[in-house]
Amino acid sequence: MDILDYTAVELSDKIKKKEVSVKETVMAVFDRIDKMESELNCYVELDRCRALESAQKVQEKIDNGEITGELAGVPVAIKDNICTKGIPTTCSSKILKNFVPTFSAQAVINLENAGAVIIGKTNMDEFAMGSTTETSCYGATKNPWNTEHVPGGSSGGSAAAVAAKECYYALGSDTGGSIRQPAGYCGVVGMKPTYSTVSRYGLIAYGSSLDQIGPLCKDVTDCATILEVISTHDPKDSTSVKREDTDFTSALIDDVKGMKIGIPKDYFGEGTDKEVKEAVLRAAEVLKEKGAVVEEFDLSLVEYAIPAYYTIAAAEASSNLERFDGIKYGYRTEEYEGLHNMYKKTRSEGFGAEVKRRIMLGSFVLSSGYYDAYYLKALKVKALIKKAFDDAFSKYDVILGPVAPTPAPKLGESLVDPIKMYQGDIDTISVNLAGLPGISLPCGFSSNGLPIGLQLIGDCFKEKNIIRAAYAYEQARGKFVKEDR
Amino acid sequence: MANVISDETIEYVGILAKLELNDEEKEKAKLDMASMLDYIDKLNELDTTDVEPMSHVFPVNNVFREDIVTNDDDRENILKNAPEEKNGMFNVPKTFD
Repeated sequence: MDILDYTAVELSDKIKKKEVSVKETVMAVFDRIDKMESELNCYVELDRCRALESAQKVQEKIDNGEITGELAGVPVAIKDNICTKGIPTTCSSKILKNFVPTFSAQAVINLENAGAVIIGKTNMDEFAMGSTTETSCYGATKNPWNTEHVPGGSSGGSAAAVAAKECYYALGSDTGGSIRQPAGYCGVVGMKPTYSTVSRYGLIAYGSSLDQIGPLCKDVTDCATILEVISTHDPKDSTSVKREDTDFTSALIDDVKGMKIGIPKDYFGEGTDKEVKEAVLRAAEVLKEKGAVVEEFDLSLVEYAIPAYYTIAAAEASSNLERFDGIKYGYRTEEYEGLHNMYKKTRSEGFGAEVKRRIMLGSFVLSSGYYDAYYLKALKVKALIKKAFDDAFSKYDVILGPVAPTPAPKLGESLVDPIKMYQGDIDTISVNLAGLPGISLPCGFSSNGLPIGLQLIGDCFKEKNIIRAAYAYEQARGKFVKEDR
Repeated sequence: MANVISDETIEYVGILAKLELNDEEKEKAKLDMASMLDYIDKLNELDTTDVEPMSHVFPVNNVFREDIVTNDDDRENILKNAPEEKNGMFNVPKTFD
């Protein structure tokens, strides 16, 4: 077996048994990157020397028993909006070019303490605003299953890198589906934990009340293992919740007998592809055969989630992105007259079109005279959506549906009509508004050979329910691997 | 399109957003924002009288800590990121005459 085919947990086991060294693993990953990158463009920053140095240090710590965990020695890729000390972090934006953080995100520190070796930074939609990874200032990432298609977004580089075996696992961030949707499009596992579970310290903010860091990886076992490592209480993030139940790997149990699973009819509306619907319902059938109690229900309010989300996310973005002013870091315009002109020119030249439209919209909905009508209204609708989920979770342990209405669209098709692109987020977006955990895992293929994603949603702090259901489904499904090219 | 964005509004939003748009971009932004607002107006179909706006899903309260410095002085590396630096400080364009 090619070492690139191991999952993260399998690889770490081989490393600890000295069947393979950390250095060999890192070199194999870089060979793979050399072969694939010109076609896929998953990475925006790679540093072979640094990775090899880090591999050496990690190997020593494994050898002397200092690092013993399940991710020891495993190469990881980090999304470009998650700060990595000494490694450029740009949010795939011209305005942050050359920015080198002086600190690492807490999630990254946790991984490094567990013996992870950072390979590089992955491509994304600029400031995580997009669903295709096409708004990146470094150009689009391609879907490894078919390079005429997008990998999804905004964590498209992370998802594609895992799918193409250019890393063993990756971190992404999910504000409205940005981990789960690209995981679905690329045939890998992706999870957004309950809001507040993973520290946002060092995650460059987009919509602070919605953002969460989470893993993109090869299977559910890796997913639970990674999540367990990155979920720690962090006083540096004031929204971080102290949880005693982050032993997520304890939920890797192949048993769903009696588990109550609800399928919202609303998630199979008009825009949902027939093949997606069939694949997702087949997965539900599998869980039913294993003893789960599966039934359909009306979740309601699903169609209101998108306008509420874009109002709230744009408002928070307009505020969060005020810090990019050409003074402390990143890009500054060449010529200007005075301070305010410098701000305006820097930001107009530094931000891309999609970021600017969201900043404009956000500034508008927060402006006096419109605040109540738009922003407060959206926050009220958010309360209603949360209530709808509370009602659903009084009846069900898990909600099951598609991760996106269609498989990955073709490159260049989505950005022409932004509202249509936003509507593609219908299956993922309300999960962020309600702070819920959601996992995406592959459940089939479309007739043109693209992966289809299954999404399982749990109540707040109930990651274990969805991990258990996902694991049980995965055991029945078997490996979901791409034929090597 | 139900919403119409005036020149004044787009000008005002540009000031709030600290963005400079050329005439062509302004026209596009006007249409863009109007169609987005038409879409957002869908929320008005829902009666939200007596609904409390929800900014956080959990009842998160202020989190306090002692005001103690825990990090090291990293001025040199921090300033390396600045577009312009002078005497160990960020250099800002002239603000007053």
